[in-house]
Amino acid sequence: MNILDIRDLNVEIGATPILRDVNLRVHAGEIVAITGESGSGKSMTALSVMGLLPGRAMARGQIKLDGSDILQTAEADLCKIRGNTVGMVFQEPMTALNPVQTIGDQVAETILVHEKTSRADALKRAAEMLDRVGLKLPPTRYPHELSGGQRQRVVIAMAIALRPKLLIADEPTTALDVTTQARILDLLRDLVRDFDMGLLLITHDLAVVADVADRIAVMQHGEVVESGKTTELLTHMQHPYTKALFAASNHAVSLPVRTESVQLLYAKHIVRDYPLPRRTLLGKRPTFRALDDVSFHIDHGERVGLVGESGCGKSTLTRAILGLEDVQGGTITLDGDPVFTGKRPNLSVRRMMQVVFQDPYGSFNPRHKVGRLVTEPFHLLDDPPTGTDRDTAIGKALTDVGLHPADAEKYIHEFSGGQRQRIAIARALIVEPELIIFDEAVSALDVSVRAQVLDLIAELCRKRPLAYLFISHDLTVVRSVTDRVMVMQAGKIVEQGETEAVFQNPQHPYTQTLIAAAPQLPDLAAVG
Amino acid sequence: MIRYALGRLTSLILSLIVASIVIFAVIEVIPGDPAAFMLGVNARPDTIAALRAEMGLDRSLAVRYADWVAGMLRGDFGQSWTYKTAVSELIADRIWVSLPLAIYALALSTLIAFPAGIYAASRRGSAGDVTIMGATQLGVAIPNFWFAMILVLIFAINLRWFSAGGFPGWDNPLQAIKALTLPAIALALPQAAILARVMRSSLLDMLGEDFMRTARAKGLTRRQALWKHAVRNALIPVLTIIGLQFSFLLAGGIIIEQVFFLPGLGRLIFQSISARDLIVVESVVMILVFVVILVNFLVDLAYAAVDPRLRARA
Amino acid sequence: MSRNLIIGALLSALFLGLAALSFVWTPYDIATLDIPGKLQGPSGAHLLGTDHFGRDILSMIMMGARSSIAVAVVAVGIGMAIGIPLGLLAAARRGSLLDEVIMRGNDLVFAFPSLVIAILITAVFGASAVNAIIAIGIFNIPVFARLARGAALPLWERDFILAARVCGKSATRISVEHILPNITNLMIVQGTIQFSLGILAEAALSYIGLGAQPPTASWGRMLADAQTLVSIAPHTALVPGFAILLMVLGLNLLGDGLRDWLDPRLRVVRA
Repeated sequence: MNILDIRDLNVEIGATPILRDVNLRVHAGEIVAITGESGSGKSMTALSVMGLLPGRAMARGQIKLDGSDILQTAEADLCKIRGNTVGMVFQEPMTALNPVQTIGDQVAETILVHEKTSRADALKRAAEMLDRVGLKLPPTRYPHELSGGQRQRVVIAMAIALRPKLLIADEPTTALDVTTQARILDLLRDLVRDFDMGLLLITHDLAVVADVADRIAVMQHGEVVESGKTTELLTHMQHPYTKALFAASNHAVSLPVRTESVQLLYAKHIVRDYPLPRRTLLGKRPTFRALDDVSFHIDHGERVGLVGESGCGKSTLTRAILGLEDVQGGTITLDGDPVFTGKRPNLSVRRMMQVVFQDPYGSFNPRHKVGRLVTEPFHLLDDPPTGTDRDTAIGKALTDVGLHPADAEKYIHEFSGGQRQRIAIARALIVEPELIIFDEAVSALDVSVRAQVLDLIAELCRKRPLAYLFISHDLTVVRSVTDRVMVMQAGKIVEQGETEAVFQNPQHPYTQTLIAAAPQLPDLAAVG
Repeated sequence: MIRYALGRLTSLILSLIVASIVIFAVIEVIPGDPAAFMLGVNARPDTIAALRAEMGLDRSLAVRYADWVAGMLRGDFGQSWTYKTAVSELIADRIWVSLPLAIYALALSTLIAFPAGIYAASRRGSAGDVTIMGATQLGVAIPNFWFAMILVLIFAINLRWFSAGGFPGWDNPLQAIKALTLPAIALALPQAAILARVMRSSLLDMLGEDFMRTARAKGLTRRQALWKHAVRNALIPVLTIIGLQFSFLLAGGIIIEQVFFLPGLGRLIFQSISARDLIVVESVVMILVFVVILVNFLVDLAYAAVDPRLRARA
Repeated sequence: MSRNLIIGALLSALFLGLAALSFVWTPYDIATLDIPGKLQGPSGAHLLGTDHFGRDILSMIMMGARSSIAVAVVAVGIGMAIGIPLGLLAAARRGSLLDEVIMRGNDLVFAFPSLVIAILITAVFGASAVNAIIAIGIFNIPVFARLARGAALPLWERDFILAARVCGKSATRISVEHILPNITNLMIVQGTIQFSLGILAEAALSYIGLGAQPPTASWGRMLADAQTLVSIAPHTALVPGFAILLMVLGLNLLGDGLRDWLDPRLRVVRA
């Protein structure tokens, strides 16, 4: 039986069409995934079903939810449906909860809004629901005391407290680590079976889709371009966009073969402690060990990956390598010279390495033009080029990353996310460093853009030997662009070795967990 | 929570110590010889010597400072040179005008600002919102002492509902409150305008938060979500402003007392300045600063009551 | 451009223009008294009437605008010139002892409302317009320091600052090159608000005799003089009051309009 039946849904904001002729059905006990890149209309479809479209949006068509048409229902009646017949889970668990209310109260609120019952009864049922979603914490806790995964469980408990017929989950695991993601997906699957409810899962991650969905709808520019049963759709893709999307997700770059093996970066027994707030008024400040006896090396022209979950010490290690922060123990040298030299940085060491960050929006000063942005590393040179030499250098750097020399006169807001990452790479390359650190450099990009940027990196490696440290939580990406990989957990490197060897035969239990938890796209060799 | 409160208390005491040193330095060190300064250029040397002796100026600065602080801790603020009475008595009389006035004004300001700000935020863009925002623009721009004069002109001189000034004392509490009403309104309305604007913008910020969307997804109406989730979170920045406003109300009260001829700390301080009675000025300023620091301490505690994240940290 | 911005700019320009004009021309000389012509209502000869000494109130308002604006501008200048560098420094050395000292110092100044500072200075040095400038200026320092620090802190967490550090740039250089340009809008908007608060504070201080002294014309003094006359000649109190109200309103509208125009997300403080 259809819980949700969307027919010919059209949504416009002003004159801009957001959704066009969307048709979608969800049965009880079924998981339907909507997938597509940013701006494809996935989230808008979800908000339409909740009746929570932004005020300026105009919707036409039909959204039958458990028999009643959402688009024809008055706001007061929609309030009775939300949280009762349909629940929703959002992407960002860190901000989805009210920071000044206990988690028990927030779950109980769903019950109290819809049922005439006592607060004590609602709290009791809330506690049961928190237990059902696997949260082993008292309901009197506040959100800030919980981790991201725990908070997402609370949000799920809130959404299913009244056993709705339909649950909508909008990128529910995107902000979470792989191992947490796996557990949350398990929970959702389990709840669907247990409560016999429909689940509308919205995600950009095709591996997750392939893993958990019964049916898939692929969206592009506000339209459902293809939909069908997961197994059938995966084996018989019809639409070119679907094919391109899956191809990009499994994109493998071809790295040139490495020739040199001379040591470049050398880190030995690094220890980094952070002071924590005092526990007692006059006691010693406790410390948190972010890096615990970390040793590794990167050779000239070597491509090394670093994987690990949030809080494992990846960012701390980046800062230490870049010489931005001192370490409490051990040494880090680049071509034999220490990277950290106190307050006055050693420019001759610094100019040998550069960095590309994750966030294409935060990596640039919005008030400077691209020409000035990409030449910032010239500060590291004793004799930076000026005048036409400088313009030539900017033009070359931009051309190298597939942009145009004339782009130097533009401001950063005129570029898309993928273009910005290209500019970030141009900035990193302009002083021809020996080592580049890619700090989650492709994580914020859509799959097709990500594939292009990865190709660009491979192409740069072909032009001249380039060593890099590629930090990412995405195992597939790391596997495709590195020669060697290191796995980090709680400040320690627990395993390192040739990339393929580690992925095919992980030795450390943590590596094994990580690889097992990462959802895998099935082999789509048949796709042509 | 206790650790947080203790932390704030330490900071309160430190602030008081530094503030007292600043005041002491300005009043007793900068003029050179405070006794000669107080008596003016025409004073006879033996009068100056007498005052020097009375003020104990022959002792070292450190001893004088320690003595002053120790005295204040006992409630002894020294002897006024012009009034010839204990400064503590002078202050005790007048603080029962100034403090109630500030509290009265703060209560009025909050009572007006909260509903106005919440109403405007919940009906953003409506005629009511536009009217309230327009009124607050005017309120923010009105000098409170001029507003006080206008109030006197209308309600005391023309309508004769209130007396134009003076204070009957607390023997008859109703009369006392009545005498403080126009001054409190004059003080409160401009502050209420500021507070209403802060309340509104703070609430509008909250309406854009993710947890508000979560609340709507649970089935709360717009209004329920506003009251149950936005208001308490919006209070956090609002509390900061209330704390700052109290010091403005206390200081602003000094000016308003001039308009209404109220025998408060303001009158005392101006009379003391013209009489060059530094001992009184020093003590009254210290009292004012003490109250401001104390109120900010209470605001810090209120933060912790509203925001569990603060209780945990410390 | 919004209606706020236009009305605000026009009102502010009107008073700045009146103040500027007063350097070369006023309808009457305010130093000459005309006791027989005192307390006249508005007329063709005296557009805004005369005061208790028979002086032309329009001329007084023009001269008063001059001292109000001078005091407020210098006071805001002091606040910005000292406060912004302090705030940037505190943000650049966030968490350090220096940051702690700067911020605690700011908190301490907040415990002394500008009126209290003025009282302290007057008690020792006597009343003057300079007094008002110092008192209001000191109080402006922590306003700008806090705001600059608060706006700079999230910027320091941004990747483009990290990129600049990777390029070996010093904290001072980053503060000037990257942080300052990104907080300029906020400082301009807050500067407008502080300017309006300065006008109000100057009026209050001269009203109670702690600011500009006679014969300097000032709006606050005009109100003090009018206080006992309010029932017989209400215009003597209404005109300077409306002058203050309109000037402050104009600056506030200008500030709000600038904020909406530059960046609606800017968070100014008003207290």
